[in-house]
Amino acid sequence: MVEHVKSNRNKIWELSLEDRFKEVYPPLSDKEAQTEAMRCLYCYDAPCIKACPTDIDIPTFIRKIATANVKGSAKTILESNLLGGSCARVCPTQELCEGACVMGSEHKPIMIGRLQRYACDYSASHNIQHFKPLPNNGFKVAIVGTGPAGLACAGELAKLGFDVTCFEKNSLAGGLSTYGIVVFREPVEVSLAEVKQIEALGVKIETNKALGKDFTLNQLIKNYDAVFLGIGLGNVPQLNIPNDKVVIDGLEFIAATKIKDLNTLKIGKRICIVGAGNTAIDCATIAKRLGAQRVTILYRRSEAEMPCYYFEYEFALSEGVGFMFLTQPISINLDFNGQIESLNCVRMDLQNESINGRRISRPVPNSEFNLPCDMLITAIGQNKHHDILDNLNQLGIDIESGYIMVDKHTNQTKHPKIYAGGDCIRLKGEASTVAAVQDGKIAAKAIYENLVSAKVKKVEVKNNG
Amino acid sequence: MVDLSIDFCGIKSPNPFWLASAPPANSAYQVQKAFEQGWGGAVWKTIGAPVLNVSNRYGTIDYKGAKIIGLNNVELISDRPINTNLKEISEVKRNFPNHAVIVSVMVESKKEAWQEIIKRTQETNCDGFELNFGCPHGMSERGMGSAMGQDPQYTQMVTQWVMEVATKPVIVKLTPNITDIVVPARAAVAGGTNALSLINTINSIMGVDLNTFELRPNVGGKGGHGGYAGMAVKPIALHMLSSVANDSIIQQAKVPISGIGGIETWQDVAEFMLLGATSVQVCTAVMHWGFRIVEDMIDGLSNWMESKNFNTVYDFIGKSLPRISSFGDFDLGFKSAAKINQDKCIQCNLCFIACNDAAHQCIDLQSMQMDEGFQKMFPVVRENDCVGCALCASVCPVNDCISMVEVESHRPHITWNELIKSKPEVLEWDKMEEYRQKSNIHIH
Ligand SMILES: Cc1cc2nc3c(=O)[nH]c(=O)nc-3n(C[C@H](O)[C@H](O)[C@H](O)COP(=O)(O)OP(=O)(O)OC[C@H]3O[C@@H](n4cnc5c(N)ncnc54)[C@H](O)[C@@H]3O)c2cc1C
Ligand SMILES: Cc1cc2nc3c(=O)[nH]c(=O)nc-3n(C[C@H](O)[C@H](O)[C@H](O)COP(=O)(O)O)c2cc1C
Ligand code: SF4
Ligand code: SF4
Ligand code: SF4
Repeated sequence: MVEHVKSNRNKIWELSLEDRFKEVYPPLSDKEAQTEAMRCLYCYDAPCIKACPTDIDIPTFIRKIATANVKGSAKTILESNLLGGSCARVCPTQELCEGACVMGSEHKPIMIGRLQRYACDYSASHNIQHFKPLPNNGFKVAIVGTGPAGLACAGELAKLGFDVTCFEKNSLAGGLSTYGIVVFREPVEVSLAEVKQIEALGVKIETNKALGKDFTLNQLIKNYDAVFLGIGLGNVPQLNIPNDKVVIDGLEFIAATKIKDLNTLKIGKRICIVGAGNTAIDCATIAKRLGAQRVTILYRRSEAEMPCYYFEYEFALSEGVGFMFLTQPISINLDFNGQIESLNCVRMDLQNESINGRRISRPVPNSEFNLPCDMLITAIGQNKHHDILDNLNQLGIDIESGYIMVDKHTNQTKHPKIYAGGDCIRLKGEASTVAAVQDGKIAAKAIYENLVSAKVKKVEVKNNG
Repeated sequence: MVDLSIDFCGIKSPNPFWLASAPPANSAYQVQKAFEQGWGGAVWKTIGAPVLNVSNRYGTIDYKGAKIIGLNNVELISDRPINTNLKEISEVKRNFPNHAVIVSVMVESKKEAWQEIIKRTQETNCDGFELNFGCPHGMSERGMGSAMGQDPQYTQMVTQWVMEVATKPVIVKLTPNITDIVVPARAAVAGGTNALSLINTINSIMGVDLNTFELRPNVGGKGGHGGYAGMAVKPIALHMLSSVANDSIIQQAKVPISGIGGIETWQDVAEFMLLGATSVQVCTAVMHWGFRIVEDMIDGLSNWMESKNFNTVYDFIGKSLPRISSFGDFDLGFKSAAKINQDKCIQCNLCFIACNDAAHQCIDLQSMQMDEGFQKMFPVVRENDCVGCALCASVCPVNDCISMVEVESHRPHITWNELIKSKPEVLEWDKMEEYRQKSNIHIH
């Protein structure tokens, strides 16, 4: 019997460890999905489509949910975005499709992300193969990195008849969808199921194979007709303060909660996190859910400059995360076992000058103070893959501030065989899964046009001449 | 991949989805745009007698936030010059030789007039004709449209006139504004028609404005009856379709039927086809959403066919027709009773009040003590008393919460027709009571 007692869904301290790491949003029931789908106006030339970086035909896929053609709905999504299941979960929908939904002004926006998840999950659980690749066209493409950019590019190319091989330095494919997005947002299984779907299109994936270690760029250029680089970014940079060897890399911290048994993870009582981007928020909320008593985000600027989305900030607050703004750690104090004991921090003041539109901050003289802390996690951005970038530079490819420069319509670099996409080219704009997928698609289309369409044209010229 | 193509009495179409003769099929621009988006055919907006239109033309019914569940119109047949229509029809046929282009025609009740328009239209290379015997307003007052469709003699006569000169297949479009649609259907067959289509719009008045007392639609302060269409008419259309499709005389004539009335989704299409339609026509849904709805119709119908292992539409056209029976042939021994899935029940108690006030008082409310200290009532069916009317299951807001399950009735499995044949005496109340006692039928 349905009992009308409020669930304790929101009180994380009353949940078991496993339950705390289940997806925050439960799947929509059939009835919820149908009711929500019927609310969609099926707008013509809909603004939601324009706000989706991968141009998913949102009104059409929602209408198909309303007519119980869920298989067709999933196909509509996947035609534009092979990683629709991941994007449905991780996209900042308020900023994208749902932010543009016309129902937002009169009522509430349609829950596009949750509906997309409903259709994609149906497709995945029924193991539906929507696409039949074109016959082999004789061209070989190498993809380096199997994050959203690499996978999307690989999948689109395979659909077009290319022989595609992906090289991935980790033991699992999926990039940050597998290792980086917190479990309660996207479970590892969702990402791995998408990898399987890409493989089902004929894509070969070789894991534990790192560019620069197991093979070189020159080998790829020699053996393949085109190369796509979707290598993302690297680890979190060092803090460069005394005793920073004990600091934990935020990305590694998140990865552990995705692929290791939660019960084996060691966790501090008083955790500090440096940084206020998406990764910092994720580290903080995970630390809280793992059972840390006190979790505090240290940020050297103020609320207004935080790079995370506002809804992420709200989520962190609702999870009980504390924020210390205008605060910067300057050194780490260890106990006699070499364990971290506290931080020396300094207060900061905002200046009038800005960099990239964000005001800079400077230490306030004589404002040092001590902050007890037994675990320090950093989430202050990601390093660049400098070896690879240097190598690319030698091939005549432009690198700016550690990002690979490409033509924005084709994602081709200055080297005609080499294309790139995803976080490794995102000098400007938000780095996101959906943007990486679109990059992969753009490159795949350009590779097709430069190799296959060009060949067809050549043959035509020959025949005519 | 499933095969959606049809051969409709010689009219070939890549799929069964046609635009109905109505505003969406008014011009070459529209019909070609529709074909590009996936429609397999179009019945051109009716051409024929000269007319003048008015505004406003449409009135609609919304229901609880859903717009246009029904639409009525006081529009006439095409008001574009006939030569423009004919020129555009040939142009469409030239550009889309593999799509079905059928021309709807209607002129006054004169042999020469009908034969002339058929001969002129034939020159466009169109694939066939649809005779509009259905328009219920404006034209009927001039002796055309439903005025012809409501008189079987007229229907047969005009069909004969047309058949004498037509070199392409002819479809007769029937009006629903008649007591028994089988009668004009048989008349059209007697006149030699190659196919039938139904339904046209239903006579209706949409409503009254409570502030101005004007009718909807309001034509300069006046209003009148108009043709009703849209999803609200679907059950009526399905009934008329199935009674025509099941009629033995129509079946002998082997004329295909084009189903029309309230079609909006692939599910509607499947239902029309299961009840005997070979093609379907759509007007109101396109007026609401545009031609693009056909994409899901094609995709959804194909996916459904695949899931049912149907390779072509002919694998299921008319499949549910044999199930259409009549009251006299229903099994009186079949019994079902309501079963509530208490795991799903949300205790809104709508089933209780429906059964208690409007059915047979077979649901009781029982109380349960909640942890918070208050009591809640929940419904329990007395299965033995339940007559199986299915009202509770119809009002229940939760999917699959109340199901009607078959139960052993301990009654003889006999139909009404068999019963009165073997025991004619039950037509008297005292004998009926005796029969009920003996047969375990207890009605309180
Ligand atoms: C903690 C965190 C949370 C995030 N949350 C969100 C979110 O909620 N929503 C959102 O839209 N985006 C989010 N993002 C951003 C998003 O994950 C990235 O923008 C996206 O994954 C970029 O895809 P990519 O394919 O470019 O790179 P990645 O996903 O980083 O994949 C790069 C791949 O290349 C491999 N690789 C690297 N070097 C080599 C080499 N030398 N040889 C072989 N393989 C190599 C890596 O192992 C990896 O598999 C988040 C990012 C982080 C770090
Ligand atoms: C505005 C309007 C105009 C119509 N005009 C014609 C017509 O010219 N000829 C005709 O045969 N039917 C005409 N119809 C009837 C439609 O072809 C169709 O039979 C009817 O609308 C039912 O289908 P629907 O529920 O899909 O709208 C018209 C219907 C509407 C709503
Ligand atoms: S803008 Fe909103 S209502 Fe309109 S089609 Fe998109 S999701 Fe539906
Ligand atoms: S739909 Fe077009 S023609 Fe009709 S009233 Fe509106 S603007 Fe005028
Ligand atoms: S109508 Fe359905 S949900 Fe409501 S009380 Fe009855 S069984 Fe329960």
